[in-house]
Amino acid sequence: MSTTAETTIEADPKLPIIRMTREFAATPGQLFRAHTDPALFARWVGPGAASTRIDHWDARTGGSWRYIATVGGTEHAFRGCFHEVRPDRIVQTFTYEGEPDGVALETLWFEDLGGGRSRLRSQSLADSFEGRDAWLASGMESGVNEGYAKLQRMVDDGAV
Amino acid sequence: MGAMATDTLSRVFAALADPTRRDIVARLAEGDATVGQLAGPYSMTLQAVYKHLRVLEDAGLVSRPPGPQPRPVRLETEVLTQMEIWIERYRQRAEQRYRRLDALLATMSPIDDKDGADDVNDRRDDHRG
Repeated sequence: MSTTAETTIEADPKLPIIRMTREFAATPGQLFRAHTDPALFARWVGPGAASTRIDHWDARTGGSWRYIATVGGTEHAFRGCFHEVRPDRIVQTFTYEGEPDGVALETLWFEDLGGGRSRLRSQSLADSFEGRDAWLASGMESGVNEGYAKLQRMVDDGAV
Repeated sequence: MGAMATDTLSRVFAALADPTRRDIVARLAEGDATVGQLAGPYSMTLQAVYKHLRVLEDAGLVSRPPGPQPRPVRLETEVLTQMEIWIERYRQRAEQRYRRLDALLATMSPIDDKDGADDVNDRRDDHRG
């Protein structure tokens, strides 16, 4: 198994922002590809037991995306626009279609740490504290155990 | 966790959406204070401060235990702890997602070829339980 440090999170008390940081045993280019290639993205975005279907995907500056996650027979659709796509940064909007008025602004940074490692930094700005609340609370029902089971299978299958 | 916890969290976030109320919470984190002491630095009426305190009380963030006047305002850390639990669960979901990404990245070649991950068996439809 990898010895990657776990995700760190910070919920800003003054702005409806969630910031996260995670290091990966991969190059920024690989990380970028896992975020922009729809077939790869669908493999890991989850949630755990979900099968993710990409409905639309145009990972270019000014492009847009939409995918559908199926959890326990229920479909949840998400969509947004790629405001800017470049090798070291992606800026995009994010809407859960179940809450169609809510829109978050997400920024992802891919930082090269050298030696085949990189750091992913993300910042998600919700449009209100209530919006961030709903966001934090969402997906609580998704089975944590199912997620770990799926993870274990992927680790078993992969070249780890 | 259920609807009740969600409502509590909504009220907490709504209460903390206001800069004055965030400031009151920050100052109460250093110790109990009377309404008069809290109002000191602000250029607003005592009534306005009471209004803010009522919102914080409704969210369960502060309390004013009964006693002789002036009753001190106290920060209720239990609700903040609940928020931290929700944030930690959110973090754990992200960590699960990133572990799936770890496994995927391990199958990709560092060279930017387009089919580096084709050898991964697709087990997405393999549901359990």
